[in-house]
Amino acid sequence: MIPAPFEYARPTTVDEALQAIAAGGEDVKVLAGGQSLIPVMRLRLAAPETVVDLGRVTELRGVREDGDALVIGAMTTHSDVLADPLIGRYAPLIAEATATVADRQVRHRGTFGGALVHADPAGDLPAVALALDAEFVIAGTGGRRTVPAREFSVDYLTTAVGEEELLVEVRVPKLDGQWGMRYEKFNRVAQAWSIVAVAAAVRRENGHIAEARIGLTNMGPTPLRAGAVEAALAGAEATPEAIAAAAAHAAEGTEPSSDLNAQADYRQHLATVLTRRAVTAAAGL
Amino acid sequence: MTRISVRVDGASYQDDVEPRTLLVHYLREQLGKVGTVVGCDTSNCGACTVHLDGEAVKSCTVLAVQADGAEVTTIEGVARGGELHPVQKAFHEMHGLQCGFCTPGMIMASIDLLQDNPDPSEDEVREGIEGNLCRCTGYQNIVRAVQQAAGELRGDGSGPPANGHGAPAEVDTAAAPHVVGQS
Repeated sequence: MIPAPFEYARPTTVDEALQAIAAGGEDVKVLAGGQSLIPVMRLRLAAPETVVDLGRVTELRGVREDGDALVIGAMTTHSDVLADPLIGRYAPLIAEATATVADRQVRHRGTFGGALVHADPAGDLPAVALALDAEFVIAGTGGRRTVPAREFSVDYLTTAVGEEELLVEVRVPKLDGQWGMRYEKFNRVAQAWSIVAVAAAVRRENGHIAEARIGLTNMGPTPLRAGAVEAALAGAEATPEAIAAAAAHAAEGTEPSSDLNAQADYRQHLATVLTRRAVTAAAGL
Repeated sequence: MTRISVRVDGASYQDDVEPRTLLVHYLREQLGKVGTVVGCDTSNCGACTVHLDGEAVKSCTVLAVQADGAEVTTIEGVARGGELHPVQKAFHEMHGLQCGFCTPGMIMASIDLLQDNPDPSEDEVREGIEGNLCRCTGYQNIVRAVQQAAGELRGDGSGPPANGHGAPAEVDTAAAPHVVGQS
């Protein structure tokens, strides 16, 4: 099938894009890389009145440094993220998770910001952004505001980005050489979404785990931090036994869905196993 | 309607398209580039893969208006002067196809992969073309074809490093145990 007819706007700046969104009528969709939006429009699960295509808004592309943070433009493609030396150096967790997103063709078009705003619970990047304590810079006609990752994900397919707003960039704190990172993803076949995945960043100090940040993918309608595991790991010895004991808490407080891929209790089991693996690898064991 | 200018397989086109027109439909129905096929309705199968400004994309998941100002290469544009592209040639020589429906997309995805990784291992080939599905289950020979093409493109003539050593694939197409048992 092809999409239902729509009005098409192709702005070249963020300001023009915001105007186009405001002028677009009741049901406006913002087109980033289109790798989720175009399929749902083809299936007529979405039939927006207006599509605002950000493809020409060049200011939204690219990765730069700003003091202690990396700033990733919302329209930076997954391929460009994978090739970026700054990401490789300061946020390899993002590159590791991005490499598992869909397939090469989709990664050439799909964007970092688009995946985050689409907010699919099985998407890989929201839990990574949450684990890294990223900040989201959102533009509206009244100016820009910054939202912490913990407040960005609101519900299933829903973020803090308002109807007349636009995600412009994501600020990710640089984590230096003391930090180890790992993304552990469980799926069954090529190009499949995560059944469950775990993003871990671990800082080691003198044979102990000084701090751990753990994000869970697809363990509820939004990505979650595994708070109980993080608390159990803080100050713990960096041993397989201590990590396994802490990882056993990974499913606490989660309410994952049951679907054709997995029952909820199986997802909770996966969360503990993948957390143990991710933390073990991130701790360099 | 929106006016677009595109270069496709080396020729320039200017056309009015509806914004909802998918690139694959523009290529097939407006330009007659029917070498690019549609295999699914869900962006999974990769049969419609073309290069957009040099990068492999699924042309069923790109709007024609998004290709405005871009350079598109389809399977019809990779041969040079009547000579098959090395990847096309390798698919032919290694029997990298059965029904052939996935082949245009497989070849375009493989060319893209080899641009980034000129000497992929078997695993890297399998992962590199994970966006393309072959429902004849012909992956064995497809992987061999990609590795053979990689060798030719590198100019060292070395084919797949595995047992095949560039040998044609007759052995493998008949090697399933149940077939052997029946014969």
